[in-house]
Amino acid sequence: MEVLQLLISGMANGCVYGLVALGFVLIYKATEAVNFAQGDFMMLGAFVTLGFVNPEFMGIPFWLALPLVFLVMGTFGYLLDVIVLRAVFGQNQVAVIILTISLGFVLRFVAGLIWGHEPLSLHSPLALGDLRMGELVLGMADVAIIITTFVLTLLLWQFFQRTKIGLAMQAASQNQMAAYYMGIPVKRIHGLVWALAGIVAAVAGILYASKGAIDPNAGFIGIKAFAAAVIGGFGSLPGALMGGLIVGIIEPFAARYLPPGYSQIAPYALLIGVLLFRPHGLFAQVRVKKV
Amino acid sequence: MRIHFKTSYDHDIRLFQDGWQAFLYTALLALMVALPFLIDDFFLGEATNVLIWATCGLGLMLLTGQTGQASLGHSAFMALGCYTCVLLMEAGVPFILAFPLGGVITGVIGALIAIPALKLHGVYLAIATLALAILTDDLIVMLEPWTGGVGGKNAPPIIVFGLEINRWSSPVAWYYMALVVVLIVTLFYRNLLRAPMGRAFAAVRDSEISAQAMGVNISRTKTLAFGLSAGITGLGGALMGLFSEIFNNETFTFIISIQLLMMIVVGGLGFIHGAFLGAIVIAFLPQFLSIVSDSMGSNVAIPGLETAVFGVIMILFILFEPMGLYGRWLKIRTFLELFPFARKDMFRRQKSYLKTERLR
Repeated sequence: MEVLQLLISGMANGCVYGLVALGFVLIYKATEAVNFAQGDFMMLGAFVTLGFVNPEFMGIPFWLALPLVFLVMGTFGYLLDVIVLRAVFGQNQVAVIILTISLGFVLRFVAGLIWGHEPLSLHSPLALGDLRMGELVLGMADVAIIITTFVLTLLLWQFFQRTKIGLAMQAASQNQMAAYYMGIPVKRIHGLVWALAGIVAAVAGILYASKGAIDPNAGFIGIKAFAAAVIGGFGSLPGALMGGLIVGIIEPFAARYLPPGYSQIAPYALLIGVLLFRPHGLFAQVRVKKV
Repeated sequence: MRIHFKTSYDHDIRLFQDGWQAFLYTALLALMVALPFLIDDFFLGEATNVLIWATCGLGLMLLTGQTGQASLGHSAFMALGCYTCVLLMEAGVPFILAFPLGGVITGVIGALIAIPALKLHGVYLAIATLALAILTDDLIVMLEPWTGGVGGKNAPPIIVFGLEINRWSSPVAWYYMALVVVLIVTLFYRNLLRAPMGRAFAAVRDSEISAQAMGVNISRTKTLAFGLSAGITGLGGALMGLFSEIFNNETFTFIISIQLLMMIVVGGLGFIHGAFLGAIVIAFLPQFLSIVSDSMGSNVAIPGLETAVFGVIMILFILFEPMGLYGRWLKIRTFLELFPFARKDMFRRQKSYLKTERLR
């Protein structure tokens, strides 16, 4: 029973990591850039929702506020791409890494200025309390998180595999110039995918905030999500979710069965292990180019 | 404008291009030597801090600026250098031996870490090194018997040739020590760039495929770059730990390595000058901010202000001056030298397109 309990709470955590990882992978898959600020996007998404929904701020009903949140975060992602990231279009990846890390710093500071540094809790309809099944205590929020995440991953995966825009996004990342030649509006595609990443981050933020309180430093879980994305194989959407689940499940088990201290390093040790033995992740996307 | 007529092949790799340049750097050195007589102890401490950051920055510059490998994990090597040096000193090794030995050990470990890390490219390398930095932070806490854990460690007294160097009682000696270290590291760096090794580094940075075609052994070059970079950063880390007198895992968090990377980008990626200019920015920014907020009349410290301002500076630099402070100076100098013939497009970035790393 205890194992099952740990498994479910680990899965719920893992789904949040997986969703943030999904954001990285989306952007990486379509623009070949890595958004080191995705964790802070998630934090921002949670705070924007909180600003709309919580009675001490605007007090709009949750389901009415949801489209607004998506609109705000999507616009935010799009504008960020247009204003900031387009300037480094085609440049070295180091530039993008530093740019997004700096953005993360700034976002954290701005969120702290607006919403303060005290942890706040979101009035979320997902926080339904617990469901008791014998000895097993299921947090309804956990179940909702797991279901939402799986549905969202499936949708995005199919979006990339089947729709025209999804394929255009993949093409834009594989070779920007060739994509131009094929008539793909690469820059607009980049803007769209950043908007999409903003929306996914908002979902992740809402789910994260439903489990507990949120504060400006919540964005640091982005680092664990990184581990998740790399373990799963950067560039694979189901891989990101799997990686997130693996990291999420390892944590509570390491905390339970290993001496104290080891649970913190477990995800990173796993990450380094994966990088050593399967450098491109469990769901590798790297292939040797055929000439 | 000065025109160099090259009369021998050695001209291209001379330490100084001409007498004027040699004179300028000698004057700078003279100024640095005379600095303790010009400013008070507080600013001398700040100057020492700048030199220490510059040492760490030179280490990372070798890897990122010269060889083109981004690392977000150099705080790990700073910590390694610092703890090795201090542990050796506690074991009775004199400082003058323990300090370079710490650097060498860090360099060897860095090279060993580089061997598996070499399989990784670009983003993967950045993330792997970030994980390394976080692991090191936790390892310092876990290896408490050696490292003192969260409680930290007191730096043992530094004794060089019977002379005790203490930050408070002999700040001038500390300054000179840091200056000597920076000088040696800078000379080493400069000479490396003139040697085939440094050329190989630059070749790997500019294009791995062409470097390979020219007969450069890529994995050996990258491993060496990683090892040398780790070693230099380890020396800087040791200085930083000793200078702060008490240090623990917090002294070397992964935030430090991010700051280090940002520092060399602000200064100018790929230039020795860049490491120094960046170090000046990073060391004086907190002072500058506190002066500004004092003059605004607010005594309340705003959490995260420093990193946020630094972040904004970074964003502005990447967008408008990707070559950093030194790049800006180069542009101004070229403008003045060529006046009135400088053209706007001289430094324009070439249009480039990314290809995926997932196909190779």
